[in-house]
Amino acid sequence: MDSFTSLVSIQDLHKSFDQTSILKGVSFSIEEGDLVSVIGPSGCGKSTMLRCINGLETLDSGVISAAGARISRAPGSKLNADFEKNAHILRQRVGMVFQQFNLFPHRTLLQNTMMAPVIVRGIPREDAEKTGFALLEKVGLGAYADRYPANLSGGQQQRAAIARALAMQPKVMLYDEPTSALDPELVDEVLHVMKALDAEGMTQIVVTHEMRFARDASDYIIYMEGGHIVEISDEDEIFENPKDERTRRFLRRFI
Amino acid sequence: MNKITRFLFLALAFIFQHSLQADAKTLRWAAATDSNAPYAFYGPGNKLSGFEYEVIQAVAREMGCEPVFVPNDWDGLIPGLGRGLYDCVICGIEITPDKAQEVLFTNPYYVTYEQLVVKKGTPPVTSLEQLRGKQIGTLSQTASFNMLGKTPGVVVKIYDEEVNAYADVANGRLFGVLLDYPIAKYYAFANANLKFTGPPFGQISYGIAISKGNPALAAEMNAALARVIASGEMRDILSRWGLWTAMVADTFGQPEDPSLPDTEYRAFVAATAEQPTVLHRIIGYARFWPLLLEASLLTIEVSLLGMAGAVLLGFALAIMRVYGPFPARWVATLYIELIRGTPLLIQLLILFYGLPNIGIKLEPFVAGVLGLALNYAAYEAENYRAGLLAIPKGQMEAARALGMTQSQGLFHVVIPQSFRLVLPPVTNDFISLLKDSSLVSMVTLVDLTGAYKQIATQTFDYFGAGLLVAAFYLLIGLPFVRLARYTEQRLNPGAHSSGTKAQRFQFHFGKS
Repeated sequence: MDSFTSLVSIQDLHKSFDQTSILKGVSFSIEEGDLVSVIGPSGCGKSTMLRCINGLETLDSGVISAAGARISRAPGSKLNADFEKNAHILRQRVGMVFQQFNLFPHRTLLQNTMMAPVIVRGIPREDAEKTGFALLEKVGLGAYADRYPANLSGGQQQRAAIARALAMQPKVMLYDEPTSALDPELVDEVLHVMKALDAEGMTQIVVTHEMRFARDASDYIIYMEGGHIVEISDEDEIFENPKDERTRRFLRRFI
Repeated sequence: MNKITRFLFLALAFIFQHSLQADAKTLRWAAATDSNAPYAFYGPGNKLSGFEYEVIQAVAREMGCEPVFVPNDWDGLIPGLGRGLYDCVICGIEITPDKAQEVLFTNPYYVTYEQLVVKKGTPPVTSLEQLRGKQIGTLSQTASFNMLGKTPGVVVKIYDEEVNAYADVANGRLFGVLLDYPIAKYYAFANANLKFTGPPFGQISYGIAISKGNPALAAEMNAALARVIASGEMRDILSRWGLWTAMVADTFGQPEDPSLPDTEYRAFVAATAEQPTVLHRIIGYARFWPLLLEASLLTIEVSLLGMAGAVLLGFALAIMRVYGPFPARWVATLYIELIRGTPLLIQLLILFYGLPNIGIKLEPFVAGVLGLALNYAAYEAENYRAGLLAIPKGQMEAARALGMTQSQGLFHVVIPQSFRLVLPPVTNDFISLLKDSSLVSMVTLVDLTGAYKQIATQTFDYFGAGLLVAAFYLLIGLPFVRLARYTEQRLNPGAHSSGTKAQRFQFHFGKS
């Protein structure tokens, strides 16, 4: 079962799409305040794993628990009615940031941050507005609160997406390649926000191709390949002295 | 007994008494709204006139009833009788064994024959056999139509309006027109380009049609009719209308000469003979303003209510089809395909004339609105479905990732965005619904198209009346086009801040 201090724990997670096995038994756990980067070649299953942690995908089998919410499925069993109920609880405690930002284009940035708290939590509008505005300030977008997403740069949109996720006061933040859709000069402003959150003690899991960020900011790094976790190592060690031959081959391209 | 039940009791008693009174004192009679002189038609001042109008007034008076006119479409007259929309129909309907299967007929109130009319200068025609290979015009559901059908080799052309048929003889499109003598007399006799030819063909009797289930009314009407004939009042009426023929006199056993001069006929010929100037015409149309305004209002009402219904039902169907469980999806798809695959006119006729067979009688207005709503819902559903599917999956994912349920995501994220996408096609649909609403004139409603029929049959100015009514449709449609364009701009985020055109374009296709 969960170790006493882990905030996120994944046990023997299996997931396949149309008979293609994507995750073949993934297990790991993360403690509160950790910033963990997940790296690996395209198609290794890292994004799918992240989506499973947020309950956006169903599981074939395995157990996922995060911030006290728990979804599970025994091998070969049917999905029961409780799954979606538990996944719904899980999603309210785990924030998610997408590669394509997925801001709501018909709402201003402030309205984007207010929507879920008002609709899901039933928080009064004035309170949600105050919180939303404070979060936009925090990611450096206070002056843009009344703008629509279409009028902002990719970096600004991604920072707004982070503020929107934070508005639900998640215990864990998940990032699915948050800088992959950005022009190179816009990458740092997003990474800067994530580092600031780390400094405040937020637990974060980042699927990324940004090796410099992974090395600079992570507490440790998970290397995945072919639906397995190959190596979990200290951020310096994995770059300087990878234990596994596959990790070495992958990282050679970046150094 | 408390106050409420007492009130209800009184209300019921009032309604009951009221309806009894209505039954005892009124005779609801129907004729085609577009029927022409000399039958029952709108004469000068938009007032009902015609020999049948006078006959039914006299008969009702003899019965001690208040006559109430119920307008209907020619093709809907007999079905409307079955629906109980009115008590009787008087509209130049010939008594035939076929029709006697469907309705009861009174004794004849008029007898006549078919008159052949050809172009001036055509050699005489003495028998129908001579018409072999010739194009002959007539109206649907008439004795002449049956007669021509039994004559081999005749090419029969069906017209909606006798005026058009006679005009086609004059301009050479038809060899001749075979129609009831009164029609020929009023629409061809005075025309210098046309001539009557041949003997009287056949003998036909007009009877008042009554529902099969009401033999008591038929007996009562026969008695009243007999008194009107015996007193000489019938002879007076028919004489004034120039319709007192030897055949009629024989049938009623009265003298052959008319009892009064044919003043009504002369007035009609004089009124139609004068060539109106443009100014005259415009002044002439002024008297139709009340009719046109009332008809426009009805068209607007029917269209707006029809569209509202279509939007609501279409929305439900689209949600069922895109997000519903299997059976709901299947039902929605079936509905959409069924409705889109069948004509609106047929759907309207089934609603209005078909449903009473299973005990559901809809008011004309309700049937019209419902028909349009049910039909357009299928098209709206497909619009909304396309709109829902055009929103990128990432939007719903983001909503769910934020803890929203699927329906919260739908209502707060997906639907508001697709609303803007579907606004242009929905506006287009409203414009075409506005035009399709002309079909409700088939279920006895006098909308703009119904008004067109009335105006055209009174003025014989099909061109002018057509342009006038078309202009009304156009005028009604315009504000809605402008309104939609305005809303579309207002709803478009970025249009009122500093977004570039390219960004807005990109947004429309769902990428942020």
